[in-house]
Amino acid sequence: MTVVEPERGAAEAVAANAALLVANDLVKTFGNGVRAVDGVSLTVHPGETVGLVGESGCGKSTTAKMILRLLAADGGSLSFGGVDLLHVRGRALRKLRARMQLVPQNPQTSFNPRLSIRSSIEFNLRAHGVQRGARGARLLEALDRVGMPAAYAQRFPHELSGGQLQRAAIARALVTNPELIVCDEAVSALDKSIQAQVLNLLVELQRDLGVAYLFISHDLSVVEHLSDRVIVMYLGRVVEEATAEQLWRDPRHPYTEALLSAAPNSGRTRIMLAGDPPSPTDPPSGCTFRTRCPVALEACAEERPPLLSVGGKHFAACINQERVTPAAVA
Amino acid sequence: METATPATSSVVAASSSPAAASPDGRDGTGQPTGAVQPTLRISDLHTVFRSRGLTVAAVRGVDLDLHPGEITVLLGESGSGKSVTAKSVMRLYGANASFSGAVELEGRDLLSLPPKEMLAVRGAEIAMVPQDPTAALDPLRRIGAQLVEVLRQHKVVPNKAAAQARALELLDQVGIPDPKRVYRSFPHELSGGMRQRAVIAIAVSCDPKVLIADEPTTALDVTVQAQILDLFQRLIAELHSAVLLVTHDVGVAEEVGDRVGVMYAGRIVEFGPAAEVLNTPRHPYTRALLDSIPTPGVERGRLRSIVGQPPVSGEIPAGCAFGLRCPHAFARCRSVDATLISVGERRQAACHLLEEEVSA
Repeated sequence: MTVVEPERGAAEAVAANAALLVANDLVKTFGNGVRAVDGVSLTVHPGETVGLVGESGCGKSTTAKMILRLLAADGGSLSFGGVDLLHVRGRALRKLRARMQLVPQNPQTSFNPRLSIRSSIEFNLRAHGVQRGARGARLLEALDRVGMPAAYAQRFPHELSGGQLQRAAIARALVTNPELIVCDEAVSALDKSIQAQVLNLLVELQRDLGVAYLFISHDLSVVEHLSDRVIVMYLGRVVEEATAEQLWRDPRHPYTEALLSAAPNSGRTRIMLAGDPPSPTDPPSGCTFRTRCPVALEACAEERPPLLSVGGKHFAACINQERVTPAAVA
Repeated sequence: METATPATSSVVAASSSPAAASPDGRDGTGQPTGAVQPTLRISDLHTVFRSRGLTVAAVRGVDLDLHPGEITVLLGESGSGKSVTAKSVMRLYGANASFSGAVELEGRDLLSLPPKEMLAVRGAEIAMVPQDPTAALDPLRRIGAQLVEVLRQHKVVPNKAAAQARALELLDQVGIPDPKRVYRSFPHELSGGMRQRAVIAIAVSCDPKVLIADEPTTALDVTVQAQILDLFQRLIAELHSAVLLVTHDVGVAEEVGDRVGVMYAGRIVEFGPAAEVLNTPRHPYTRALLDSIPTPGVERGRLRSIVGQPPVSGEIPAGCAFGLRCPHAFARCRSVDATLISVGERRQAACHLLEEEVSA
């Protein structure tokens, strides 16, 4: 079963021409020696949704911040629309920023409480050089897209519910006509019934506008619902990458299996992992998951398992492919 | 407000033979059936907050019985009144809150208890596991000292040495691998999961009759959440406490709940055995709530979201509170409020559609 295929870099390079975003081997080390992101590669094609899932501290948000150039990467390469994103500066960077936008987790803190929704959204247009006269029309168009009455533009953040405010945050991201929107836990703070409304909205926008999403969440059922491809992270590394369907049907990393089994309505027997995630200041040798892995071998302590294809475009970083069997779904 | 329409009480009475007594110990009219006395009985609880001339009815008539060794879940979205119900039981609100109805702990009404006596009940007879262990623990004191304090306060141990020994035992009991180290640790030195275990140790330290857990795993990662839920179930089986668990998470309700009450706008709209309510929901709100959660592995498509927003506590519409968002609402729903009726053995729901079905 162990498929010997070239490590993914080569295969991805071929497809990279058409890709919107290509991140290769991104590394981020913080001052205290924490390697928050340790060699993450990912590709986002125009109009697709890539899900990034993992628990707190796994580096998913740090990855997002590097991609948006809100945080400087310490290593690796990053290109957006063919432009080297790590080294672009000034006016050229600003131009790129209009093409990639962020919808953050908590709309209550991402809007200036003293600005009306209109002012906040128009601010984004002004920052990207849209002439004053054109801003009003762009604002109304964006509000209309997210299903928000134009009158709400006059309101202040505290006058809107969490769901409405998150719609406003999406409108703010849309207003610059981006090709990529990074959604960092964008629906996590919302109640389930409202979450469903926002997820539906994101799907509609993608269908109508062809925008690509990098959708980051700790909630695998939400990621699975929305994404074409899913990347699972653990302690700064990618442990599995597959289409949403493959990942669900046939997870090939024990960590993914445990996560899947914890989702509601999963129909899987819950796999109980021992202990807490290890500290990123002092990660275990070899495979960082081995300290909690139910099928760890001695060899797992020796070297870091590479992310290898386990069949086509399904990648997993686990050397124990024989013993990893899909949990009993049937 | 009444708990049920008289027309349906016969349906329940017929099914409440001693063996299959209705689990809440009441029949449809809210009367005890003579089954095991509940540890805690909440009857027609209303909690109203007043501030600056504004009146907010957060809980609008909740009936609930808690039995020893059983986990009763209140499931609902934010603002549904689930946490307020839990905190009302412990009377954790200030002068701006007023309560009506009754909360009886083994027959003693807690709502009319003098504050001093209530102080002795809290922590000893009714304990709480809050959502965020980081906020619940004193950041400046070691875990051991915080445990010993509770044990000494409620005089469950004769002296300090006994308290220390008991504290170590408790830390071990909640699955902390190195109790001695944790005893000497400050909260910030522990992971979120370990902190929540320490908080659970404090909660169960006085062997409470009732344990109230308000979103006990919401702040934790899913893999750690699984461990804590597992621990929780194991402890309840050992201690035989009656548990009220408040959550917004259907997965949690399904996993640990024996019975579940679904709350909407300050009321329980559906009640019954957890597995049944969550697998075959009867109330339109419960159905809609479950439909709005993506099911993994199922063909991707539009989620069936619920239109609009839940009503704000101050502005609950006339008739059924869910009426304006309900796809099945008809004229009666807009004028008359629905009350909980029996919709099958051990199951209740508050919906006019079901009333018609039951009486037909």
